[in-house]
Amino acid sequence: MQLTVWTYEGPPHVGAMRIATAMEGVHYVLHAPQGDTYADLLFTMIERRGKRPPVTYTTFQARDLGKDTAALFQTAVRDAVDRFAPQALLVGASCTAELIQDDPAGLASALRLPIPVIALELPSYQRKEHWGAAETFYQLVRALCSGAGGTTTAASPSPGSSPAQAGAQERDAGIDAQSSLKIDIATGPRPSPGKEKGAKRPSANILGPTALGFRHRDDVVEITRLLETLGIGVNVVAPLGATPADLARLPEADFNISLYPEIADTACRWLERTYGQKTIRTVPIGHGATRDFIAEVAALAGVDPAAALDTSRLPWWSRSVDSTYLTGKRVFIFGDATHAVAAARVARDEFGFEVVGLGCYNREFAREIRTAALLYGLEPLITDDYLEVEDAIARLQPELVLGTQMERHIAKRLRIPCAVISAPVHVQDFPARYSPQMGFEGANVLFDTWVHPLVMGLEEHLLTMFRDDFEFSDHAGASHLGHGSAPILPREPGEGDREHSANGGGGTTAVVSPSTSPLHHSAEEAERSPSPAEAGEEQKGWSPEAERELLKIPFFVRGKARRNTERYAAEQGIAAITLDTLYDAKAHYAR
Amino acid sequence: MSALLPLTMPDCAPVRGPVLRERGQREVFCGLTGIIWLHRKVQDAFFLVVGSRTCAHLLQSAAGVMVFAEPRFATAIIEERDLAGMVDCNAELDRVVDRLLARRPDIKLLFLVGSCPSEVIKLDLSRAAQRLSAKHAGATRVLNYSGSGIETTFTEGEDACLAALVPELAATAPGAAPELMIVGALPDVVEDQFLRLFAQLGIETVRSFPARRAGAMPPVGPNTRFLLAQPFLGETARALEDRGAVRLDALFPFGAEGTSNWLHAAAVAFGVDAMHFRAVIAPGRERAKRAIAHARDRLEGKRIFFLPDSQLELPLARFLAQELGMVPLEVGTPYLHRAHMAQELALLPAGTVISEGQDVDRQLDRVRAARPDLTVCGLGLANPLEAEGLTTKWAIELVFSPIHGFDQAGDLADLFARPLRRRDVLKV
Repeated sequence: MQLTVWTYEGPPHVGAMRIATAMEGVHYVLHAPQGDTYADLLFTMIERRGKRPPVTYTTFQARDLGKDTAALFQTAVRDAVDRFAPQALLVGASCTAELIQDDPAGLASALRLPIPVIALELPSYQRKEHWGAAETFYQLVRALCSGAGGTTTAASPSPGSSPAQAGAQERDAGIDAQSSLKIDIATGPRPSPGKEKGAKRPSANILGPTALGFRHRDDVVEITRLLETLGIGVNVVAPLGATPADLARLPEADFNISLYPEIADTACRWLERTYGQKTIRTVPIGHGATRDFIAEVAALAGVDPAAALDTSRLPWWSRSVDSTYLTGKRVFIFGDATHAVAAARVARDEFGFEVVGLGCYNREFAREIRTAALLYGLEPLITDDYLEVEDAIARLQPELVLGTQMERHIAKRLRIPCAVISAPVHVQDFPARYSPQMGFEGANVLFDTWVHPLVMGLEEHLLTMFRDDFEFSDHAGASHLGHGSAPILPREPGEGDREHSANGGGGTTAVVSPSTSPLHHSAEEAERSPSPAEAGEEQKGWSPEAERELLKIPFFVRGKARRNTERYAAEQGIAAITLDTLYDAKAHYAR
Repeated sequence: MSALLPLTMPDCAPVRGPVLRERGQREVFCGLTGIIWLHRKVQDAFFLVVGSRTCAHLLQSAAGVMVFAEPRFATAIIEERDLAGMVDCNAELDRVVDRLLARRPDIKLLFLVGSCPSEVIKLDLSRAAQRLSAKHAGATRVLNYSGSGIETTFTEGEDACLAALVPELAATAPGAAPELMIVGALPDVVEDQFLRLFAQLGIETVRSFPARRAGAMPPVGPNTRFLLAQPFLGETARALEDRGAVRLDALFPFGAEGTSNWLHAAAVAFGVDAMHFRAVIAPGRERAKRAIAHARDRLEGKRIFFLPDSQLELPLARFLAQELGMVPLEVGTPYLHRAHMAQELALLPAGTVISEGQDVDRQLDRVRAARPDLTVCGLGLANPLEAEGLTTKWAIELVFSPIHGFDQAGDLADLFARPLRRRDVLKV
């Protein structure tokens, strides 16, 4: 058993829901107990969808367990097909139904439905959301491209489907051999492939965007536009917005773009094997990666990349003098592997940050994180335990955290600026405005999003110059952390007077940062009556003068100064930290 | 002062038309969700769900931002290797609990909360609770209840939790003077209002169940008279009755009338003088009526449809019909406790369809056919219905907001008026 409060990923059937919800004409019948419908509100609330996810739950209850949950499942399947008339049906079990061992594949195939039925085997006690999404997408692609239509259940490689038949499909798999079967699935008019029209325009599939994907909506728009500029047609975007008939057309493209490897990679590998379609694996997040992506695509499609090498504003914004202060800012990066790896490159090469921590929560992509971490000389952090992430952030004391919703909260607690780069995210990261992460516009978005939480260079300079002014005093809090970040602590009676004398300033606000308050406290104690015993352990032998000097250092670098000084003192075997120790340490760590 | 509206109800509610019972897909939460508000109420209790990643994901989705504030709940996620053998599973649970209690020594009461997976694999959490109670005796009491979806719907999680606590309550002294117990977790502000009112009425000993701390749970015995503050406490009421306590039948304390009737039931049981009663409740009652008056203009005559969610639907529909002039079309409830609801049912307008259980697609067909002015439903349905042009009020807010008593009546009415007001003000 694993003790958990926060989970970075949901169970695998939520991944399957993300595929079903992304698509049109697919319905998912999930054998699940009453209550599992909670997952609907991820789509209707966080992503703000105006339609119910195309999922029917059997919602069995305790009283059904003694009876026939299998019959309940079959009724739900029949009703769902009658009511929603999908072009293809997904069936599967959630974690509880997995335990009661009804067989969705067999039960559904016994109904001899007139549409393709794809049975999903999602091991809930081993795997998670991204895996579930990838597996579901792969099974759909495999079943619908191979023309496994009719009443056949395509539950490979799991037992259930006939191995002989699956083998035959693999052998026959070829665009021409399968085209007759595809008509069974296509209900709409088949778009005519470009190949038949004289001038051959290269085309690609964009694979991976789903429902509940972080900025998937706008990334697709941005990448589609990019391909358009290169003169490359988009054959199918899937699963987002695709129908089962569209999936059947996947082999018509010249190559595939694995936009989100967490979801698309399994399907892309199968398409590579089966149809010889090459896969573009560069993820176009950041200015440089977008250029690499264009080069890779252009080379594969045999087109001139020049047209698309329009540029983002990021390079100039980043070179402009106001960005100088970004140099060497220490950044901690955590998220899904794809976004984390991409962010690390952007952080170092395009912002001039120092990457001090890099990690991901999805173990399936641990290799990618390990490879990337080598580039930065880091030990990768691969964990789905947020407490480990919190420990790492607290230990490293970065100046910026790039992470998920969870890191946002950790950073808030530690009073470190933070920007969100990866799912899981909350409702505010499904914005109304256009805000891709990918392509050149995505690079612009990254620049604004990451820099915004930091103090702007000029502002930082002013803060330092006027730090004794009441408006910029330590107690005024950090404007860049937002109004919600600083807990308003009730002021102790008489505290204001002490602060007044300690700082020689007005100190009219009551905002005290948690990270600096012990320091303030001890400094005030020192001011009032320099009693080391009263000030406690936290001082680690700081003299009152050194403490006061530390207070003069702007709050946003004070934590680092304190830590460096203490480390220096420990290394040098100095017990009492004096003014000299403080400045010796400063000189020691000077860059 | 004008005479109070009927404070005494006929003993037996008139028999209503048949209740529409449906089976099918239910779009409801499971009982685990109750943890979200229960852990705020009992300040030294911890709720450990023994379940799957789905359970953890549900709690996270339902608790939203609260997950980050060192909450007093967590999930012990069952993994593949736990499913291999039962012995291992119990040892694992002990290990998780030991680790948890070592980290949180301030926890006095630990609930092992059963889930669908733990129920299906028949992990005996009651035995585990006994074992762990003995192990951590003196420091932490360990109890168990089930919040699984296969057994409980949303607020029934609180019922199961409180029912598990009842056998643990101390016995009152034999022959002691009657005491009043308010049953059901209420927001502190509401609880305090009620305690003040009962004190003014002259009812000497009034206790809340659950109490705010594990060590302060009320005693129970034949001298206990209890008022249900929430309509979803069937099991808890039965457990209390098993220990000799007597339930005071009343409307649930929503709106001026519901609250008056609820207080009155206690006043009668404790022999409070009628004049004194009226004098004490008059200011609050008048305030409540004033507070809901402006909402009445907007809500009167509007047709409302309740989808099942929390069992609060019937009392709320009664309040909206009786005091705000709304027209309930269908009032869905996940479970209908006929005895506890008798008075509420009697006050609903004739022609109101009462439905128990759910087949969500069929029920939505009825919503679409009726096109009510306001539909009360869960968050999984609210936006999709809005997209179809139907105005909705999301139901969970009714469980998380202070809505009981005189001084919340205006807020309660406004919860229903606001979506309609918004519909009118938006020009996009």
